[in-house]
Amino acid sequence: MKRIDGRKEDELRPIVMKAGVIEQADGSAFVKFGNTSAIAAVYGPRSLHPKHLQIPDKALLRTVYSMAPFSTTERVKPGPSRRSIEISKVTRYALEPAVFLEEFPKTGIEVYIDIIEADAGTRTAGINAASIALADAGIPMRDLVAAVAVGKINNNYIVDLCGKEEEQTLCDMPVAYMPRTKQITLLQMDGDITLDDATKLIKLAIKKCEEIYEIQKQALKKRWMG
Amino acid sequence: MGILLKKKERELVVPGEEIIKSMDYLPGRNCFREGDSIYAKRLGFVSINGRVISVVPLSGVYIPKTGDMVIGEIKEVQPTGWIVDIKAPYDAYLPLAGIKEFIDTTKTDLSRVYDIGELIYARVASVSGTSSVHLSMHDPRCKKFKSGRIIRINPTKIPRVIGKMGSMINLIKTSTKTRISVGQNGMIWFEGENEELVAKAIKLIEKQSQQEGLTDKVSELLKAGSKGDKNEKD
Repeated sequence: MKRIDGRKEDELRPIVMKAGVIEQADGSAFVKFGNTSAIAAVYGPRSLHPKHLQIPDKALLRTVYSMAPFSTTERVKPGPSRRSIEISKVTRYALEPAVFLEEFPKTGIEVYIDIIEADAGTRTAGINAASIALADAGIPMRDLVAAVAVGKINNNYIVDLCGKEEEQTLCDMPVAYMPRTKQITLLQMDGDITLDDATKLIKLAIKKCEEIYEIQKQALKKRWMG
Repeated sequence: MGILLKKKERELVVPGEEIIKSMDYLPGRNCFREGDSIYAKRLGFVSINGRVISVVPLSGVYIPKTGDMVIGEIKEVQPTGWIVDIKAPYDAYLPLAGIKEFIDTTKTDLSRVYDIGELIYARVASVSGTSSVHLSMHDPRCKKFKSGRIIRINPTKIPRVIGKMGSMINLIKTSTKTRISVGQNGMIWFEGENEELVAKAIKLIEKQSQQEGLTDKVSELLKAGSKGDKNEKD
């Protein structure tokens, strides 16, 4: 099957990843999947206020996902929305298992993800960027987190859906994965598919996450090796 | 044994990368063991010291350690001490017992000793398990800064600024005739004849910290800089 943008079924969109794009942040990254771009900035670990949020034995990971007003064809109202609050939360859950939070009790690690261009797969682009930014900030981690969305269109399993495909797909399943520890840290799905389909899709997503993982590593190494 | 080693010494690793698969080695700083292997915890260079594998980090914030000399800014004056911002995730506390002079709190206002916004060079006296940091001025190097300049660099680069046995910092000190105090928290204070050149040298070290032959580059910069100065005067 030929896809809308001429890709093969298991082909990712052209990927650009760059670490260290924001001078003032402790760590940052830019990630672009086709027409979806995300920028992540990490600050901390730093003192956390208000004080009641402090956790006595570990750091608090705070993630803020937001879409720029100009990121889609229709203007996005700035500020938190129901959708962005949910995505901030699942992003936090996707990243938390990778970070040694117990090393910095009572502090806060803040991750800001901004989507500057949206064409489906913004949460996965955000997770990819945030994971590079966390490593760039020198935060102790068990592994990097790679993420990709998979879906199904007329009996074809496809990866990294673009906006038009997302409208047609029978299901849309974002997956975040830690390739070294072989753990899935995010798994969401909407649509209607069988258990067999779901298993196949997860396997496909894992395979693609491993590819993305290599690009993430290269981005980090490039920043520091010049 | 060479087969077990997945990464070479001084190779760049990212978090989660396997460094060695062997139970004969121990995970040191910024490394952890899982199963038979040792993995990097942070972005940095592999360093192998005997049987201990560690990673020298390239980025990250300052985490206070007992005995470190730091430069801090007084943030708050309290009845029996000061709260000091040492650019770490935790604020530090300088108790009245930590300073050299005797002060009668009923007669003297503590802000006359150190006031808000003033900068001090202090020693980290203790870091407790719950991460409260106490400072002390009981060290001949400790002082309050009244003039001079301060620049801030990434704290992971401080060992390069100091150099082996202080070689780098002494080179800068002698060739620019400046007094320099280096805080482990990434703050560097200096005062003297050619402050501009010192700032330039420190920035160069920060930028090129991972490269070899840095001392030569810095001494070249310092030579060129001091010559340029003389020409202007002529």
